[in-house]
Amino acid sequence: MTEGVAGPGLRARGFVESQKLANPDSPRPVEPGAAPPPPERKTLSRWIPALGVIVAWVVVWYLTDGKDTLSLPGVARTALHDDLTEINNDLLAGRDTNPVMLFTGALADALRSLVEMMQGIFSKPNLPRPVPEIGWLGVTACSTYVALVVANWRIALLVLASFLSFGVLGFWEQSLDLLIITGISVVIAVVVGMPLAVLVGTSARANRAITVVLDVMQTMPTFVYLLPVVLFFGIGIPSAVVATLIYALPPIVRIAGFGIREVPTTTIEATDSAGQTYWQRLLKVQIPMARKTIIVGLNQTILAALSMATLASFVDGPGLGKPVLAGLRINDVGTAFVPGALIVVMAVMLDRTTTAASERAEKVARGGGGDPRTRRILLIGGAVVTIVAVYVSRTYVDLARFPENTLGSRIADVVNDVMDWITGTFSGATGAFKDAITNGLLNPMESVLAESPWYVSGLGIAALALVFGGLRAMITTIICLAGIWYFDLWHDAMITLNMALVGTVLVMILALVFGVWMARDRRVDLGIRPLLDAGQTIPPFVYLIPVLALFGPSRFTAIVAGIVYAAPAAIKLVADGVKAVSPTTIEAGRSTGQTTWQEITKVQLPMAKGSLVLATNQGLLYVLAMVVIGGLVGAGALGYDVVYGFSRSEAWGKGLAAGITIVLLGVMLDRITRAAADKRRDDPGPRRAFFVRLPIGPPK
Amino acid sequence: MTITSEGQETSTAESAEPALSVRNLWKIFGPRADKVIGTPDAELSRADLKTKTGNVVGVKDVSFDVAPGEVFVVMGLSGSGKSTLVRLLTRLIEPTAGTICLNGMDVTSASEKQLRDVRRKQVSMVFQHFGLLPHRQVIDNVAYGLEVRGVPKKERREKAAEIVDLVGLTGYEKSYPDQLSGGMQQRVGLARALAGDPEMLLFDEPFSALDPLIRRDMQNEVIRLHSELGKTMVFITHDLSEALKLGDRIMILRDGAIVQIGTPDEVVARPADDYVKDFVSEVPKSHVLTLKWVMRDPRPGESLEGPALPVTTIVRQAARAAIASDHPIRVMDGDKLLGVVDEDDIMRVVVAEVES
Ligand SMILES: Nc1ncnc2c1ncn2[C@@H]1O[C@H](COP(=O)(O)OP(=O)(O)O)[C@@H](O)[C@H]1O
Ligand SMILES: [Mg+2]
Repeated sequence: MTEGVAGPGLRARGFVESQKLANPDSPRPVEPGAAPPPPERKTLSRWIPALGVIVAWVVVWYLTDGKDTLSLPGVARTALHDDLTEINNDLLAGRDTNPVMLFTGALADALRSLVEMMQGIFSKPNLPRPVPEIGWLGVTACSTYVALVVANWRIALLVLASFLSFGVLGFWEQSLDLLIITGISVVIAVVVGMPLAVLVGTSARANRAITVVLDVMQTMPTFVYLLPVVLFFGIGIPSAVVATLIYALPPIVRIAGFGIREVPTTTIEATDSAGQTYWQRLLKVQIPMARKTIIVGLNQTILAALSMATLASFVDGPGLGKPVLAGLRINDVGTAFVPGALIVVMAVMLDRTTTAASERAEKVARGGGGDPRTRRILLIGGAVVTIVAVYVSRTYVDLARFPENTLGSRIADVVNDVMDWITGTFSGATGAFKDAITNGLLNPMESVLAESPWYVSGLGIAALALVFGGLRAMITTIICLAGIWYFDLWHDAMITLNMALVGTVLVMILALVFGVWMARDRRVDLGIRPLLDAGQTIPPFVYLIPVLALFGPSRFTAIVAGIVYAAPAAIKLVADGVKAVSPTTIEAGRSTGQTTWQEITKVQLPMAKGSLVLATNQGLLYVLAMVVIGGLVGAGALGYDVVYGFSRSEAWGKGLAAGITIVLLGVMLDRITRAAADKRRDDPGPRRAFFVRLPIGPPK
Repeated sequence: MTITSEGQETSTAESAEPALSVRNLWKIFGPRADKVIGTPDAELSRADLKTKTGNVVGVKDVSFDVAPGEVFVVMGLSGSGKSTLVRLLTRLIEPTAGTICLNGMDVTSASEKQLRDVRRKQVSMVFQHFGLLPHRQVIDNVAYGLEVRGVPKKERREKAAEIVDLVGLTGYEKSYPDQLSGGMQQRVGLARALAGDPEMLLFDEPFSALDPLIRRDMQNEVIRLHSELGKTMVFITHDLSEALKLGDRIMILRDGAIVQIGTPDEVVARPADDYVKDFVSEVPKSHVLTLKWVMRDPRPGESLEGPALPVTTIVRQAARAAIASDHPIRVMDGDKLLGVVDEDDIMRVVVAEVES
């Protein structure tokens, strides 16, 4: 698998950019006496040349169908792929001499012993003890107590129920392992990420450099770095931690950096004028004022870590991902269901706890937080109970090891029965839907993209890039296409691209319908938004379970999972964009007597264009990430190549080539859609804060 | 403050060392800013320089002195470089060229530590958009300057509480900035600037964001604080009536360069060019001009029996005396007769105003 949960990482970028869209810098007023600004290019007419390109392409395809498609059978490899495999083998052979490999090896050992120590305390028998140092009762009590301290009693109850469910459903050890991997990765991500965030927030140059790196990291589906991570850190715990860390880092850097950068210049100037030092400015002004945003970043980092730690089961990382993966591999929904549900429980628990903790901190900072005396009694009482629980859990085996029961497996059986019933009853409907989309959209588009000669497809894509994104986007596109061609997987790349495009079209239809509806009706918004939030909290891996059950292993399953994964973000972006249209403009429009339909199509959507393009951008990358995981459930193409590369050592090079091809596709789609965003609104413009050189720099 | 006598003004400026002395100060924003000064490009207009080199002139070759205790107003349209100028004074923006001396100390060459000391102890600033810390109570906002200096908590809170009383915010110590109205927030800004007991206060359009009535209150507050504390002030505004009300002297900027420096009545009576004339055309002259600007030499045989008024009297205040008396008013500087003013001379000022 593989997969790229471009998820919370991307979401971080979505967050930052949608915040930027919400307050676009007003264009600088024209200097007195300067020439009037040049008239701006009209953009709507882009669709006409685009249609021309497509028509021409279809005609050429019709004449040349099936020629020069560069198709490569699923298990075939080329010389280039074998060369890449060779590089891998050489590196592995030099494990004991190559200084880089020695260094990563030492790091891997350190991470492994850290995780194993934590496992000895919380989840696994700490030999010679037959049980962990702290039994389940103690761990549950401690966690509940922490929730009580940082949040409130409601969250404490949620945490208590979550931990009990881990045990009752029979996945105590895997749940704790997942939490350990997530926790360690988050701590390292914060330690590494906060200084980077400060750099991003305080220096224009660092911001530009780091943003470029983060952009690449986030358009990169995870398995692309899973391959090299495994190469350097070995299969198992260390790779799981490192991959999780890499994946969890961008949100905190991006979002916290954004928060720090958005601290108003006036406040910085005002406090600088009081003679503060660099550190005083950072610790007393910038970080406190950015605190809310930093916590959003932390929350996103935690959720990203959780979703990646789940996926790390693919490289034999411990945790709940393993039983899910095992279930998916044999297409057994019942087996995957219970651990999948527990992953959701864990995600909700972590999300709610961090959110509630930040709300509480806010309240306490402003002098609220309830009666201190009651609270003190509560805290002391809780501490006593916790200590007793830890003590007895070290003494009685039943309180150390969760008593076995069959509830989990009984649920799995029930789920299997229900699923059989559903698929039996609705197979007609789901099958018809699947066939309609497959035959109506997926197959025709795939024929044109993948069955045209490669140079025709390449030309067509480049021409569309020029139409939508302009010259620079076209140049990037040509470079990416050249790379795709070079790595010998052109045909697979076109099939994967087609899946991403079809998925995105469907996502955008959903986003427009629901986004506009939500923006125009507050009650709809209130009703739907929590669902979308929950959808964004769940690690994408989990989506595959129900979708697989409904549609069976196929391309279509991957696309549907991609849609389910991408839609919440896209819908929210559109809703927020339409909502941000100023009420004055809408009133002014209404005063001319326009119809509702005119209001939507002539005022709200055009004015929300920046958000629509951003939603398309995010939709494409999310869907791409998910259709690639689809390789695991029969979606074929690049995703399958990666999975195949992982499973056969002689095909490693082909897997790597597929991974790189996916990145190139992602970068290409990202660049085109971003360039398509209206320049004036997308461009952050010169920010005064960065041109004012604050005279007190970091300590030298 | 309001209108100080010309004589008194010049005497302070000459006798004591200036509190602030600025010489040939330049600020050019842009890629190769320091390459412009001294070349013929420096003489170009702002728009031309921008098209030619991409640089924007913020402040152009500005020199002036401010006497201790003086209220020095800098005025100009938006974009004329006022904010840039005031930020250069404590190097919140680095100057491109020129020198700035505060009480004889060269700020332009000060080390970071010296500069911090200047900001902590000598000069405080009040900003248009307040720049308060939203996560701190009023009292801790006011105490911020003391906090960064390292004053212990108890002591700085006591001092801050005093200042909060001084600016009329008693009872709001524990509020957060977003719970206060704009005028009250700016009082907090003022208190924060005063808390460190600086020698000089800089104001960057502090009242522009406020409603007219609140603005008037705040202006009076500044006048009161100035008379109680006697601090030197550099006050930026784009509002001429505010400038005339507060300033001992007014400096008018255009495109970063000085157009005129003078007392309020000088600026109104003798605008240096059409730009300034345009500015002052709406001002009720009789409220600003002193007798100095309307008096004339006595005509031969004219009566010198009329009432004596000091030369610094404002025309409007002299009007009643002129109408009541049959003889022209004698305009005096101490015991010396400078000239006379009769009803007609005064009417000419008032009528000119009505017609314009
Ligand atoms: N950081 C900056 N970078 C480039 N140009 C600037 C910067 N700050 C100010 N300017 C320019 O300098 C000129 C003076 O600005 P400012 O001092 O803010 O004027 P004022 O306060 O009088 O309205 C303006 O033309 C402005 O565009
Ligand atoms: Mg200004």
